[in-house]
Amino acid sequence: MAKNDDVKVLGAWPSPFVMRARIALNLKSIDYEFLEETIGSKSQLLLQSNPVHKKVPVLIHGDKPICESLIIVQYIDEVWTSAPSILPSDPYDRAIQRFWAAYVDDKLFASMRQIKSLEGEEKKAMVEQATEGIVLLEEAFEKCSKGKPFFGGDRIGYLDIAFGSILGWLRATEKMGEVKLLDEAKTPRLVKWAGRFCADGAVKDCMPETDKLIELAKVLMAKMKGAPPKQ
Amino acid sequence: MMAEEVKLFRSWSSPFPLRVIWALELKGIPYEVILVDLSNKSSLLLQYNPIHMKVPVLVHNGKSIAESLVILEYVEETWKQTPSLLPEDPYERAMERFWAKFGDDKVLPSLWNVFIKQGKDQEEAMVPAQENLTNLEELLRGKNFFSGERIGFLDLAFGWLANMVSVFEEVMGATVLDNQKLPSLSAWMKNFMDAPIIKESWPPRDKLITKCQALRQAHIEKEAPK
Repeated sequence: MAKNDDVKVLGAWPSPFVMRARIALNLKSIDYEFLEETIGSKSQLLLQSNPVHKKVPVLIHGDKPICESLIIVQYIDEVWTSAPSILPSDPYDRAIQRFWAAYVDDKLFASMRQIKSLEGEEKKAMVEQATEGIVLLEEAFEKCSKGKPFFGGDRIGYLDIAFGSILGWLRATEKMGEVKLLDEAKTPRLVKWAGRFCADGAVKDCMPETDKLIELAKVLMAKMKGAPPKQ
Repeated sequence: MMAEEVKLFRSWSSPFPLRVIWALELKGIPYEVILVDLSNKSSLLLQYNPIHMKVPVLVHNGKSIAESLVILEYVEETWKQTPSLLPEDPYERAMERFWAKFGDDKVLPSLWNVFIKQGKDQEEAMVPAQENLTNLEELLRGKNFFSGERIGFLDLAFGWLANMVSVFEEVMGATVLDNQKLPSLSAWMKNFMDAPIIKESWPPRDKLITKCQALRQAHIEKEAPK
């Protein structure tokens, strides 16, 4: 029988969304069991705990499943109230971070992940779209960080987690697509921030290696090419 | 002492600014409406929501916030007077956030997909839409409102359903929400539609019908075999 303070994360190593849950738990120094899904299949536990989306991550706290990575991060912040706080205390600062986190998911990550399977003009357009998005985040970084190392200030916060978690795939996309997304010339602050984020104690053990992501992407793309057309 | 200045950018028809209006009205917060013509976006909207150029935008003492669900959380955190929109318990809060996101990411697009189609395409589109609505029925079972005993965050997030489902059904001449199969959801829609504050806020129905007819027509023509 699960104890009330039992914490499990259902996840997969390549997923930036799973990373978010793990980073948040690490920041709060919460011990958890990482239950890794086999890529390509979904466990009974996953299907039971996330019947609506059947996706990772799922945080299982005691007997309660919580789904959707950013909702999980907020849950973690609200349950374990000891420092550090993941979201800032000021409502306006919170709103700004929530806005940009939603932007990362709805716009930036969506355009970024398409790049590796595009060519020619389409690819160029998508790269431009992604780069413009990152430039906007550079401006957001200036405003949010107020001269400090992270969007969250002295320590990693909500927006750092939301954006930082996609850095693995960002780098993989740069290598596979032979493009530059995080550019010293255009977004110097973010280039430095990315280094700090990836080196952080709460992050480095769950950030997947770029080359492993590339390997996986190639395998998945090959599978898709061979698969019958989806309806 | 500076008076609180609250401005809300809205269009006459978009359901998303209504969420914010409901929250402000429920909490008794005075605000000024700035009506935007989305077909002719003003420089003011560009200034306050340069990223998405959409409504709603809330401007509070000069600071602007965009994205309706983000704005709802801001309103809740800034004006702590009753009624509170979100529950206290973190798990209950996570549930309301989860289902609000489900509403925007799944329910709305699937209903829209039914609305802009006809014939066999529409029949196929009905399946995921009705599955999504069934999820909401199960969520409601036994409760008057999604948030419990009274209107809360999740009701405001789903509020558009109370009005738009009947508008869509009238325009397309088809039923997507079966009252018999989804009795709790139907009851909630009636309750929400007629609730104090909410009932005064709906856009003029005939104008909305006309607009939706034009939208549906445009989509059907676009898909027509050439």
